[in-house]
Amino acid sequence: MQIAEIKKEQQGSTGLKNISGSQAVLDAFVAEGVKTVFGYPGGAIMPIYDALYDYHDRINHILVRHEQGAIHAAQGFARASGQVGVIFATSGPGATNLVTGLADAMIDSTPVVCVTGQVFAHLLGTDAFQETDVINITTPVTKWNYQVTDASEIPSVMAKAFYIAKSGRPGPVLIDITKNAQLQLFETEEYQPCEHIRSYRPSPIVRKEYIVEAAKLINAAERPFVIFGQGVILGNAEKEFIRFIEKAGIPAAWTIMGMSAIPTDHPLGVGMLGMHGNYGPNVLTNECDVLIAVGMRFDDRVTGRLDKYARQAKVIHLDIDPAEIDKNVKTTVPVWGDCKETLPLLTSLVEKKLYPGWLQRFKDYQQKEEEKVIREELNPTNEILTMGEVVQLLNELTGGNAIIVTDVGQHQMVACRYAKFNQSKSNITSGGLGTMGYALPAAIGAAYGAPHRTTVAIIGDGGFQMTLQELGTIMQFRPNVKILILNNNFLGMVRQWQQLFHEKRYSFVDIQSPDFVQVAKGFGIPGQSVCERKDLKGAIKTMLDHQGTYLLEVMVGKENNVFPMVPQGRGVAEIVLCREDV
Amino acid sequence: MQKQEYTITVYTENQIGLLNRIAIIFSRRKINVESLNTSPSEVDSVHRFNIVITETEEVVKKLCRQIEKQVEVLKAYYNTNDEIVWQELALYKVPTAKIAEEVKVERLLREHGAHTVVIRKDYTVFAVAGHREETDKLIRVLEPYGLIEFVRSARVAIIKDSEGFHKKLKEFENREPSRQVIENEYLDKNREVFSM
Ligand SMILES: Cc1ncc(C[n+]2csc(CCOP(=O)(O)OP(=O)(O)O)c2C)c(N)n1
Repeated sequence: MQIAEIKKEQQGSTGLKNISGSQAVLDAFVAEGVKTVFGYPGGAIMPIYDALYDYHDRINHILVRHEQGAIHAAQGFARASGQVGVIFATSGPGATNLVTGLADAMIDSTPVVCVTGQVFAHLLGTDAFQETDVINITTPVTKWNYQVTDASEIPSVMAKAFYIAKSGRPGPVLIDITKNAQLQLFETEEYQPCEHIRSYRPSPIVRKEYIVEAAKLINAAERPFVIFGQGVILGNAEKEFIRFIEKAGIPAAWTIMGMSAIPTDHPLGVGMLGMHGNYGPNVLTNECDVLIAVGMRFDDRVTGRLDKYARQAKVIHLDIDPAEIDKNVKTTVPVWGDCKETLPLLTSLVEKKLYPGWLQRFKDYQQKEEEKVIREELNPTNEILTMGEVVQLLNELTGGNAIIVTDVGQHQMVACRYAKFNQSKSNITSGGLGTMGYALPAAIGAAYGAPHRTTVAIIGDGGFQMTLQELGTIMQFRPNVKILILNNNFLGMVRQWQQLFHEKRYSFVDIQSPDFVQVAKGFGIPGQSVCERKDLKGAIKTMLDHQGTYLLEVMVGKENNVFPMVPQGRGVAEIVLCREDV
Repeated sequence: MQKQEYTITVYTENQIGLLNRIAIIFSRRKINVESLNTSPSEVDSVHRFNIVITETEEVVKKLCRQIEKQVEVLKAYYNTNDEIVWQELALYKVPTAKIAEEVKVERLLREHGAHTVVIRKDYTVFAVAGHREETDKLIRVLEPYGLIEFVRSARVAIIKDSEGFHKKLKEFENREPSRQVIENEYLDKNREVFSM
């Protein structure tokens, strides 16, 4: 009743051929090249869903089963495609269900735009049905957010939203639109993408003199070491980065977020940094003389104890976000700017070199890690299956060409330690926030973001139960996702810590699971469960060969641990290789 | 590094919600904001915040970078007390009868640079602009004479060597603003940079 009245009133009062706020939102999406939206309808966003009905030929809407699923899917989409992921949700509970995903996208710099419905503007602040203060709830977890109460603002606000989400250091943006603004008819001109906001500097001006200083340090170095993060991927600077390390001849290690920016078997690639990273890069961080950090933010999971981190090294930090410089690690030479721009400048100034002796040190550590950890993980001497051997077989069967989406826990660390990648944007995981439940929806999004690639979601038995409702989304829309559950019948990572640091007091980590194969079957998804080595390879092959989504559960060792490990509160050089050394 | 009082000056767009965005940068780090003032600046449509905190320079510098990172923030500066001229405004409400009785009160008020804002039969309101110590002192002076109510504003501060924001704003509006405008001033203060 009310809605019809408003519509009528507005048409009557203007008499012009106008569009509604809802149409303006969708026109903005079309103009921004959005083809896929993940969403869930509700009262306060019904006008937009009503308009969407007429856009189904241009916009593919994926109806998820929970708004958290929508935003993780949009994140997976963004990470696999390099484009902005887009989400619709209703007011109140719809919007609050987005918060975990926003926090995740914020800390992992993932470009997403959420559009939430809001109650009528005249009801704001009245505790109206499904009213929550979405703007204030989401302020700490958005790069930018804005509430629209008048439709005439929508085109410029949407343009700003996309520009802010994807430019500079990317991040999540939320636009909250009151219902009256969605319904309101207004006159508008053709959509203008945003290219400049006067108070916003997506990337700082590059200072050549700092690049000269950085090159001097590098050229004088005897044991230079490059560590890199997702900035290389977000900046589309993979080629520039490889040219840099190849000319300078410097060994390079990745953070979990930087993984896949260079092929994992690159001769200068020396592995993963961090708590469960490789032995050499962690230990040698504290022996290099010049540490060159590219597009990474020195997370504590990477640095371990800061006062024992690379104290001997001169530090060069390349980052697009000035707030990252000196935030955790004091830099000797800061190189602000987009690494796509700064890396070639640096490459042109560094001397062509090789450091065979230094590189050999990494290989020596690698050898020790092979003997003490990797060999047994990949070729176990008993009949209990390990997560590592599953990942190894997956590498073999996909040739390293798959997108691997991981959840959070032991399986995540093992997957990142052993997965092989040939191309960028292939490792999708919740790095900064460590959000269990991320993998299944993110894999759905990745399958839309890179439809011609194989997407494998590696998930623990715990994390899978956090968002398994998204099997319904798969059932309905049929994205092609290979679901690989590594079931250790425990909340494995927490159990590992309880074993190592809490005298094996296993407090509430013995999680029970349903029959996952049966559950999948209920959603029309075929699958199987294996517990014996002889069946493993065939089962993975069946999963990969299947046209469409398939669920494979692998029963792995209950109390296997992930090593090496930099125990919390210790320096990176204090990394341990086995339980006895903790 | 020693903690000391810093005044942060922030130029922003006039946008609802920005106050919260800036405030949570402090509260998230459990930093106490001692004083906060926000008002339109000398430039149309640009707002100016003055925020006072007691912290080390390192912390203040990082906070300023976090503030500048906000989309609608144009610029953030931080200054020690000797780099600024600042004032706080204090209002004192005293019973008019008491003042009439005691000639001394009038003299005391004059000595403290107070001026009268309102005189009513029952009470009189005086105003003093100055530093915290000065306005504090007057409270103690007036207490024996039946001080009824007292209020003090946030600090407002002018940066001694600033040239105002008009010129800078023009630069911000350019697509390719000068290095000086874009850059966080503190980069050049990074003493370690060329010390090799
Ligand atoms: C939403 C959320 N809740 C809790 C945690 C803490 N946590 C980190 S790893 C982990 C265990 C994960 O267990 P599972 O999914 O079975 O994977 P596994 O470690 O066994 O491979 C938990 C509970 C988290 N990261 N995210």
